[in-house]
Amino acid sequence: MSYLEYTVKSVPTGFRKILHLNWPLALLLGTVCGVGFLMLYSVAGGSFTPWAEPQIKRFGLGLALMMGVAMVPVWLWRNLSGVAYGGSLILLVLVALIGDERKGSQRWLDLGFIDLQPSELMKITLVMFLAAYYDWLPAKKVSKPFWVLLPVLIILAPTALVLEQPDLGTSILLMAAGAGLMFLAGVHWAYFAVVIASGIGLITAVFQSRDTTWQLLNNYQYRRIDTFLNPAADPLGAGYHITQSKIALGSGGWTGRGFMQGTQSRLNFLPEKHTDFIFTTLAEEFGFIGAISLLGLYALIIIFCVVTAIRNKDRFSSLLTLGIALNFFLFFAVNMSMVMGMAPVVGVPLPLVSYGGSAMLVLLLAFGLVQSAHVHRPR
Amino acid sequence: MRRNRAENDASHAKLTRRAALLGGAQLLFMGGLAARMRYLQVDQADQFRLLAEENRINIRLIPPARGEIFDRNGVRLAENVPSYRIVMVREDAGDVDAVMARLSRIIEIDLETYERALEELKRSAPFLPVTIVEGVSWDEVSKVSVNAPALPGVTPEVGLTRVYPRGSDFAHVVGRVGRVSQKDLDALENPDQVLRIPRFQIGKLNVEARAEDALRGVAGTKQVEVNATGRVMRELDRREGQSGADLQLTIDSKLQGYVQARLGSESAAVVIIDCESGDLAAIASAPSYDPNLFIGGISSADYNPLLNSKFRPLVNKTVQGAYPPGSTFKMITAMAALEDGLISPDDTVYCPGYLEVAERKFHCWKRAGHGWVDLTNSLKQSCDVYYYDLALKVGIEKITAMANRFGLGIRHDLALSSVNSGLTPTKDWKRTARGADWVIGDTVNASIGQGFMLASPLQLAVMTARIATGRAVAPRLIKSRDGVEQPLGDGTALDMNDNNLRKMRRAMYEVVNDRRGTAYRSRIIADEWRMAGKTGTSQVRNITAAERARGVTRNADLPWERRDHALFVGFAPYDKPRYAVSVLVEHGGGGSTAAAPIARDVMLQALAGGEPPLNAYPTGARARIKTQQNRLRNVQPEVSIKGKDQA
Repeated sequence: MSYLEYTVKSVPTGFRKILHLNWPLALLLGTVCGVGFLMLYSVAGGSFTPWAEPQIKRFGLGLALMMGVAMVPVWLWRNLSGVAYGGSLILLVLVALIGDERKGSQRWLDLGFIDLQPSELMKITLVMFLAAYYDWLPAKKVSKPFWVLLPVLIILAPTALVLEQPDLGTSILLMAAGAGLMFLAGVHWAYFAVVIASGIGLITAVFQSRDTTWQLLNNYQYRRIDTFLNPAADPLGAGYHITQSKIALGSGGWTGRGFMQGTQSRLNFLPEKHTDFIFTTLAEEFGFIGAISLLGLYALIIIFCVVTAIRNKDRFSSLLTLGIALNFFLFFAVNMSMVMGMAPVVGVPLPLVSYGGSAMLVLLLAFGLVQSAHVHRPR
Repeated sequence: MRRNRAENDASHAKLTRRAALLGGAQLLFMGGLAARMRYLQVDQADQFRLLAEENRINIRLIPPARGEIFDRNGVRLAENVPSYRIVMVREDAGDVDAVMARLSRIIEIDLETYERALEELKRSAPFLPVTIVEGVSWDEVSKVSVNAPALPGVTPEVGLTRVYPRGSDFAHVVGRVGRVSQKDLDALENPDQVLRIPRFQIGKLNVEARAEDALRGVAGTKQVEVNATGRVMRELDRREGQSGADLQLTIDSKLQGYVQARLGSESAAVVIIDCESGDLAAIASAPSYDPNLFIGGISSADYNPLLNSKFRPLVNKTVQGAYPPGSTFKMITAMAALEDGLISPDDTVYCPGYLEVAERKFHCWKRAGHGWVDLTNSLKQSCDVYYYDLALKVGIEKITAMANRFGLGIRHDLALSSVNSGLTPTKDWKRTARGADWVIGDTVNASIGQGFMLASPLQLAVMTARIATGRAVAPRLIKSRDGVEQPLGDGTALDMNDNNLRKMRRAMYEVVNDRRGTAYRSRIIADEWRMAGKTGTSQVRNITAAERARGVTRNADLPWERRDHALFVGFAPYDKPRYAVSVLVEHGGGGSTAAAPIARDVMLQALAGGEPPLNAYPTGARARIKTQQNRLRNVQPEVSIKGKDQA
């Protein structure tokens, strides 16, 4: 798979590491970000402000961060996993206590120079910590009940805190990523069967609890589910987002309406057109060809990650790469399903394309870890 | 590496398996996403494209210019003139209160308007223009324009408003327009969308209302692109509408103006009809009012006097009013008898001043009686007994049938509001409407146009024209529509004995021109314009036997609303009838004194096509007529001719 034809006997050192980065992956990430800049420029009506320019700046910062992280040996990151997870957990607690409240949920922590969403950070540090855990855990113990319960608690602690914010989308992503990592680590099938069964039970419970004193979700979350199940019932109210989003997608057709010609987004029919619903603008302006191309780019990123993970003999590196890829997948899969009317509107941005600082920085940082794993793989 | 190699390899193999599995699942899911994309973007693209267009495209109506109305010479009777209003856009104004305060220092805004405008500004969407004041003068528009830098968001806008340059002269013909009310919308089965445009005006009365479909025109449309909040982004397409059709009336505005001026504030009605074509030359109801007052909504200070006046200025007496025709009906009774062959014109009847029928005395207006009278004498002196006698011979059914042939009891459908069909009673009618049997006394009353008999001045004019020509002349009010001549009314022969008609016309000639005729004082002495006619005085009260014994109270001693109606019908010139006229003066007293002079004046005016020469009048009347002409000359307004004042 390697594009470099060197046969390196040992891990490269110093600036030689730059040559050993997974450049195709970096290029793919850059391309996706470029699509993001283009779309942010378009939804602003052909202007770099207010979205494209800060996004580009953040991308520069994120790129530097990725490189920096990639240069650090991966075992160092493994050793720091526990600290990173613990730190993220503390930040999540802090956010619950002193966080900024926006649009009815408390997710942000104002660190002075950046508004941080600790839940974003947690997506990565959780994967790191679980990967380190399974690297440390002897293979024989992986499916032992106690050693299964431990990572479940590791996953549930941050999930509960995020759900409390409330941020249903991110908590589902955390659980899914955690579960995915456990699956990759080789936990026995039976556990997953049990979890899936109880999951179905939980969903039933969630619906049963509605309008009772022990109601499990907020009303707005129930409404979103209702809207998802039947958006046509309230096209101007709760279902407005999905309906308008589908209209935008559908009206794109094969080739789209042309760059900056999307009437749905330009005339403000689309909600959150620069963040969660940016994919609809792309689909409207560049059509099916544009949309499928972006999906193709995402698929390539996933494939590159899976391949590099499989080729990497280091267990921590493999699990970390696969976990981050899974996280990335969950991001865009949920977002796309959401805007195409296949999932409830849960507020998950399109990775690397949607406007938003911390999401992009965290993702580039995560890919820095992937690069570090790639550079420092055993040979 | 602290684990041994074999163990590491085993766990890595398992990891690879699971990674491939999970990766495969992810790709599968992406395949699902791609399929969904394809479904939405390719399979259903057309449907969603349509929805997107519906979302963004809004169709706005452009109100059509209403058709204008002209008289038969092209004088403008109803026109559209630009009217200015001041509008404000909130988001452009910034500080609305400050701008409003500044605006109110520049132009006059009353407190009520000011507060309403402020409230509306704060309530409506920030980008929508809100009307602050309407109907402002050009002066004020200039002031606002000059001060534009100090008045952000304030602009003058121009629209069209209806103006009636002839004011009260044509209130009862052209009518008026007004804002579309909920009632107007409810009355229509499928209201035109254009009616929902704010400030759109719809015909409310007379020609404006009855010819609404022709005058309104067809709205144009413009397609505008709007965003999610309804703000107009740009105009995409514009389709011009079609202005309403211009109407030309048969009325001569100069004559109409003269007639209205001649009637002045008297409660009266005059109809002048062209005997040949049936075209109405003038159709005047007095007192009248200025329809322009109604355009912007009339104030109660202006409206209440109109509503409460006992002279009923809001009622169009020419077609809405139904009055006992009195002696003007005598021609019908006579014609019924003549056509039936029951009498010959030379048969005489003795009038002792009354006729006793079924143990009841029916009096002639002349207590002493007329002695022996034939047809000519009876009409000339308006002897009642002669007609009582005829009626007893002919019977009510034949009288009514004859009345209908002359256009009485029939609704002449003109483009005017509330056209009355009058009433020509029959036995059946009385049984169903009044629940009583017809008695012989009813026939006697009907013979002289009293009792149940009712006619409108329009019907009397039509009747007179039919007598004058022997043809079924039908009135016409709308001459042409966008230059296309409208069909004339039915003008076929009445199929009556020519001798009888000639005899009738001769008798009517004597009414006016014989020394003993009731309208002798209102004769025309110019030979080419000699007038024939018939006076009528119709009672609006019963005269009791006791009163008759005391002597009938003179009209001048009665309160106005109990006095007799004065009527006159006539045509001229006698030998070649051109115009027929009917005059009604409500509670005016005698037909010969109150109605006939008006008839002569308006008839001369019509025949002369302007102010007639004084020598058409008898020498004794000339001095008085001269004064009257001088007075009326100043009342008539200036006229504007189509095409000259507006390019």
